Amino acid sequence: MPRIVVDVMPKPEILDPQGKAIAGALPRLGLTGFSGVRQGKRFELTVDGDVTPEILEQARAAASTLLSNPVIEDVTRVEVISEA
Amino acid sequence: MSTPLIGDYSAAPEDAALRAVRVGVITFPGTLDDRDAARAVRLAGGTAVELWHGDANLHDVDAVIIPGGFSYGDYLRAGAISRFAPLMEKVVDASKGGMPVLGICNGFQILTEAHLLPGSMIKNDHLKFMCRDQLLRVENNATAWTSGYTQGEGMVIPLKNQDGQYVADEKTLDELEGEGRVVFRYDGFNPNGSRRDIAGITNAAGNVVGLMPHPEHAVEAGFGPDSSARGDVALRGGTDGIGVFTSVLTSLVAGGK
Amino acid sequence: MTVSANSTAEQKKFNIDTVEHAASTPDTPLPWAELGLKEDEYNRVVEILGRRPTAAELAMYSVMWSEHCSYKSSKVHLKQFGDKVTEKMKEHLLVGIGENAGVVDIGEGWAVTFKVESHNHPSFVEPYQGAATGVGGIVRDIISMGARPVAVMDPLRFGAIDHPDTARLVHGIVSGIGGYGNSLGLPNIGGEVVFDSVYQGNPLVNALAVGVMRHEDIRLANASGAGNKVVLFGARTGGDGIGGASVLASESFDDAKPSKRPAVQVGDPFAEKVLIECCLELFKASVVEGIQDLGAAGISCATSELASNGDGGMHVELTKVLLRDPSLTPGEILMSESQERMMAVVTPENVEAFEAIMDKWNVEYSWLGEVTDTGRLIIDWDGETIVDVDPRTVAHEGPVYNRPFHRPEWLDGVQADSFGEERPFGGEAVKNAVLELMASPNMCDKSWVTNQYDRYVQGNTALAMPDDAGVIRVDEETGLGVAISTDANGRYTYLNPYEGAKLALAESYRNVATSGARPMAVTDCLNFGSPEDPEVMWQFAEAVRGLADGCQELGVPVTGGNVSLYNQTGGVAIHPTPVVGVLGVFDDVARRTPSGWREDGQAIYLMGVTRDELDGSEFANLRGHLGGQPPKVDLQAEKLLGDLLINASRDGMIDAAHDLSEGGLAAALSEMALRFGVGARIGLDEVAERDGVDLFTLLFSESQARAVVSVARSEEVRFKDMCSARGFAHSRIGVVDTEIGALDFQGHFVLPLDELKEAHEGTLPKHFG
Repeated sequence: MPRIVVDVMPKPEILDPQGKAIAGALPRLGLTGFSGVRQGKRFELTVDGDVTPEILEQARAAASTLLSNPVIEDVTRVEVISEA
Repeated sequence: MSTPLIGDYSAAPEDAALRAVRVGVITFPGTLDDRDAARAVRLAGGTAVELWHGDANLHDVDAVIIPGGFSYGDYLRAGAISRFAPLMEKVVDASKGGMPVLGICNGFQILTEAHLLPGSMIKNDHLKFMCRDQLLRVENNATAWTSGYTQGEGMVIPLKNQDGQYVADEKTLDELEGEGRVVFRYDGFNPNGSRRDIAGITNAAGNVVGLMPHPEHAVEAGFGPDSSARGDVALRGGTDGIGVFTSVLTSLVAGGK
Repeated sequence: MTVSANSTAEQKKFNIDTVEHAASTPDTPLPWAELGLKEDEYNRVVEILGRRPTAAELAMYSVMWSEHCSYKSSKVHLKQFGDKVTEKMKEHLLVGIGENAGVVDIGEGWAVTFKVESHNHPSFVEPYQGAATGVGGIVRDIISMGARPVAVMDPLRFGAIDHPDTARLVHGIVSGIGGYGNSLGLPNIGGEVVFDSVYQGNPLVNALAVGVMRHEDIRLANASGAGNKVVLFGARTGGDGIGGASVLASESFDDAKPSKRPAVQVGDPFAEKVLIECCLELFKASVVEGIQDLGAAGISCATSELASNGDGGMHVELTKVLLRDPSLTPGEILMSESQERMMAVVTPENVEAFEAIMDKWNVEYSWLGEVTDTGRLIIDWDGETIVDVDPRTVAHEGPVYNRPFHRPEWLDGVQADSFGEERPFGGEAVKNAVLELMASPNMCDKSWVTNQYDRYVQGNTALAMPDDAGVIRVDEETGLGVAISTDANGRYTYLNPYEGAKLALAESYRNVATSGARPMAVTDCLNFGSPEDPEVMWQFAEAVRGLADGCQELGVPVTGGNVSLYNQTGGVAIHPTPVVGVLGVFDDVARRTPSGWREDGQAIYLMGVTRDELDGSEFANLRGHLGGQPPKVDLQAEKLLGDLLINASRDGMIDAAHDLSEGGLAAALSEMALRFGVGARIGLDEVAERDGVDLFTLLFSESQARAVVSVARSEEVRFKDMCSARGFAHSRIGVVDTEIGALDFQGHFVLPLDELKEAHEGTLPKHFG
């Protein structure tokens, strides 16, 4: 069953409180190699049958309307994953 | 029945043995109900001791409460960052030695993240924060924190959370049931989709208890569910939660702490 | 954790417009119009400085002289709140208008600060973050007075309940308020939820916060003591809301133009919670001399206000500001509205103690500069001066407009159009009208909203929604506490702005007194359309005059608040909506009166007189009618009723009380019965005959200065004697009955509580899930 993966990230200029809190916790665990963390979302849209260009277009539409809030988020990936 | 006065401190007569019991209340960044938990300990007759998450010292307390709130904003997963606090190592060690530990709401989430209790909490099934007066049933009155209740007793205390849906795999749930480790169960209405209506559980030894609803918000008439609730709930008196705190004090005194 | 300032090497180099450069290039064109300044305003800046402003100075003046920050259109009217205050009214005021929030002495060494503010426009653009940061902003105002925040309330107004866009706004705004306030550990104890199509493109999101402190802990926003250090702490500065203060809050959204969409402010409630605890520790350790929160206009506002309220001078280095986005220009840094930031003034001796507290709470901070006695606010960028101004000209001496206003010509026609629809007659028809009323969007049960807010945290909530006022205990030893209510009625104010504002005050005052508290002080959030429309300006002028007169008559001073203008869509203004918050005090919150009866056999009394006043009422609204004059307001009667309710509460004569306002007696009796699920037998014929009204009018009229109380049998004589002695109308209209499970309007109809509850509670879940 093919899936379409949609990644949504907070816009770079927008504050990401989640990422900030995680970035603060990592050094306390001795994990000091990271200069920043941003937390996003991944959606998997399952498709019965083949992913036609129309379906992919629908996924893009879903990504930019429902799955993300264009005021504060960017869609960074809409991609077909074809493994079973 | 006339409306009870509120803030009536005469309810708990002074008892030196109880007052000698020291119950630690941990504050993490983002903890909200620490002062409420400390008040509940005092009203129950004990002595509350403030503990700071970054201070790896239990300051000779006899029991520990991890109160509710949004430690570290609940941003990664509720409780996920707090479990790594220096003080939590001490709590884990002490709990293995039998010290009573109670996690309320975010405290319960921290206990599951720290693997002191099985399972986990996910978002409420209706996806909203919910604050309501909740009827629970005491399913196990053999723990350090429930010995003052009778088996099957009903209690109404506030519930308020966003991530309150208790989940675990079937095997774990069966074990919990089989070993009588479900301590509190939602009665009448399951407010968040928790598996098997579970509101609170204990470890095998019965000293570590976690629950989602808030007994510390139902310890003073006039400030508990009776002030805001409707119908039957409102007419109960609003202090059903105090038993959790008197239970641990009396069980520690009885155990010759 | 000590944080060093951004090293200069990391700084992106800008073409810095220094003061020197500005002086030598007088003819450089500047984008003052794009930043919202009018030509004469810009010319005034040039006149003040004696040269053209630098880019950074232009940024500061443009945000600080915006309507939102300068109150330039409203100032001349708001003056009345100060002018109409008597010495007696000021008796309990520790801090009056002009500071971040007013402070009221409530006795025993305790003080309370409270304030209501709007976040209307940001909440329309991004409902969740707009509403969340609205809570965050008002809470920082409270902290900056030196107080621990103890409660919040949110008066909300949305468009029509069935409009397709309303659900988006309701879900976003309610969860934003909950998401932020719940994470801060502040009980949400009341507010309002109103639906009216006039708010469709312009919802009102007002947020009120209350804080508590000891007298000696009061902090003010001033920078005194030359040589003292200026520190910025909390979150880093990013591009949030740049231009928000002048653009977002001061211009209406017009479909015709492309929307200006500056970076949305995102709230971080965890950072704010930490900031609260950290500030309280600073206050306890007495290590800050002055403190100011950063809200609208960010660093521009904080530096200019702190400097002009203190010794008049400050010298700071802007490259020391910790940035989230290193590409920000100096002007953007000055205008940024990043949340969860504070600025403080610290003596050199306390620097170490200050840093220790920051480190304990893991809060970032940077020392920006120091207080001077030069009378100038100097801001450097990497050693070069980019701002050199008299801070008073930025913060306090902005433009003042005496905008033209006139009474709308259409008003005569509207006021002449009294409610003339057919009135339900007979038991069955009146019963159905009660059910329809109680299920209507404005009168229905609001627990779908309030159950998303934590009302228990802190353990001091003695009353919360749906009671008349929120009640919070302040002192656990004595039970000393406060009650707060917020009220407004846009329809009343539309029909008559002067009376409408008084009516909002009267209702809020009555709600507080109904809970048993003595009203002490007022805060207001004045939501209106464009001040450039003379008819709107007239509504504003009339409402302010009404509110100031009302406060004087009731003896309660306005201690602070907020004005929100340009609330309109496509040239159509919202109903004028002055939200009035009243704060009252209890010696002991144990005496608070809940809004529902519980005890079988108690007598139910209606206090006050009912006239035929359906114009502007909820029932008229249900029939789509808005015309006539709002109910008559008699503040002496309100005062008397308040005294009686407070005395009855203090002396234990009444067990329940509910004020009569929107929806009249029908709503009051329904809500009192549903509060604890206890019914009553009601007989209304006698009082209907006394007041010369029919059953329907008695139940649905919105006459003022009325309340329903339940009185224990043993207290009836004392209660009646008290009312008679003061000459206040009172009539026994029923008996509480714990068995019947209904409101039995004897001789007319029986309304089963199950049926009433189903109608009342079904509406919001039906629309919003």
